[in-house]
Amino acid sequence: MKKLLIATALVALTAGASMAQTVRMGTEGAYPPYNFINDKGEVDGFERELGDTLCAKAVLTCEWVTNDWDSIIPNLQSGNYDTIIAGMSITDERDKVIDFTQNYYPPAASAYMAPTADAKIGEGAVVAAQIGTIQASHVAESGATLLEFATPDESVAAVKNGEADAVFADKDYLTPIAAESGGALVMLPNDVQLGGGIGIGLRESDTELKAKFDAAIQSMKDDGSLNLMIKKWFGDEATTF
Amino acid sequence: MFAYCADPNSLEGLAWLACYLTTGKHMGLYWSFGTVLSLLAITAPVALAFGFVGAMAARSPFLPARIIGKGYTAMVRGVPDIVFFLFFVIALDQGVEWLNHQIRCPDWTEPIRQGLEFRVCPEAKVPLGTSPQYVHQIYGFGLAVVTFSLVFGAFAANVLYGAMQAVPRAQLETAEAYGMSHGQVFRRILVPQMWVYALPGLSNLWMILIKATPLLFLLGVQDIVYWARELGGAKTSAYEYPHPDWRLYYFLFLLVFYLGFTRISEIVLDRLTARLSRGQATAAGEAMRKAGI
Repeated sequence: MKKLLIATALVALTAGASMAQTVRMGTEGAYPPYNFINDKGEVDGFERELGDTLCAKAVLTCEWVTNDWDSIIPNLQSGNYDTIIAGMSITDERDKVIDFTQNYYPPAASAYMAPTADAKIGEGAVVAAQIGTIQASHVAESGATLLEFATPDESVAAVKNGEADAVFADKDYLTPIAAESGGALVMLPNDVQLGGGIGIGLRESDTELKAKFDAAIQSMKDDGSLNLMIKKWFGDEATTF
Repeated sequence: MFAYCADPNSLEGLAWLACYLTTGKHMGLYWSFGTVLSLLAITAPVALAFGFVGAMAARSPFLPARIIGKGYTAMVRGVPDIVFFLFFVIALDQGVEWLNHQIRCPDWTEPIRQGLEFRVCPEAKVPLGTSPQYVHQIYGFGLAVVTFSLVFGAFAANVLYGAMQAVPRAQLETAEAYGMSHGQVFRRILVPQMWVYALPGLSNLWMILIKATPLLFLLGVQDIVYWARELGGAKTSAYEYPHPDWRLYYFLFLLVFYLGFTRISEIVLDRLTARLSRGQATAAGEAMRKAGI
């Protein structure tokens, strides 16, 4: 009995100690429905809901921070925040500089969006993409001329005003834009599979935090709540685990 | 903001616009005007102080002070602003944390630089990782003020140095003949007279400073350019107020703001020039004396 009491007290104490840990969650805030800044000026989207749930499961206090996409990895390394949860696909190049948790979103399709269904996308075409994304490196390899932009929104705007023939990005991001454009923009049928799914990026030295998030993601995968959340934000046709 | 804004989808026309312009996000935009204005209000006097000290050091008869003063202006003026902003803020931030680390965690054995990572002990982070977001924002703003002040201080130092050299030698000689000490000549004769020579250069600097405030965006401070880009981008129905690409209008608004602001500054600076020229041994002062103003 006494041992049990001490054990509970210890658990309570350690839980109390880990409660105090604040994790700063870094995101871009410009990539709906993954993450965006809603009209109240707060970070919102799939990753906000997921991040808050994961933090609750791992008993962490989380604070949301937005950062420009192109400096999001250096600012993680210099310690401005502790995680990157910004629709970042797990790739070998990124894995060399930072660590990833297991993926919380399955490898998703990237797609082209253009003003007309017969738009050129290969050799000789001009394709817009966001700088430093897997889509940008894919376009560069495809032989098309790559036009890079700092934000995903600007890469879509480039197609609208005729600067580029097509834009290449995550299909989940482009589909709502095409659907609401009133026919001005259409999705092209050739989807491309890129990356190893989306994971939370962490500093390589933060192994403890990585383990906590890994466990929390695993538990959400096991009880099916992650699939429900994906369907809520990306529609019923979204790829799930 | 207004009670009828609860369901934006049912709104139209002006009511929609009124609700749209009063969202929390737009409040962020309006608030950021305050950020920019307070940056100017703090940076201008601090930069002037830096410039004053720099100019004094550059004129000093004491060699090391002269080297520091001249070195400061030459170095900062010779580096592009953006490079300086990108480099200096990171260096300053890491320098502060490194010092803090040495003081607070002397027993820390792990290296601070691990590959590309910069890792000090959690107690030495500035601000602490546990601090609320507004503390981080104030710290970022503080870094911006220091950087702006250093850069513009170097330009101001050069302007003030030139202005101090421009005060007619005869004025200083007369003061010396009256038996004033070196410091008295500086305080009573040189400084009051140099402003009129410094003003054209300083007013130029002020204009450049106003126009340089969008650099705040580079430093991660959410300034008006950040919000204009964020708010102006096309919004799908994931947002409560969907709209097409409106960046043009937002940037047009910024253009009008900056033009208006620089125009007001010009008017104020013209008046200041007139005020300072009065009774001075310059062509402008002489003209005013003849006209009987």
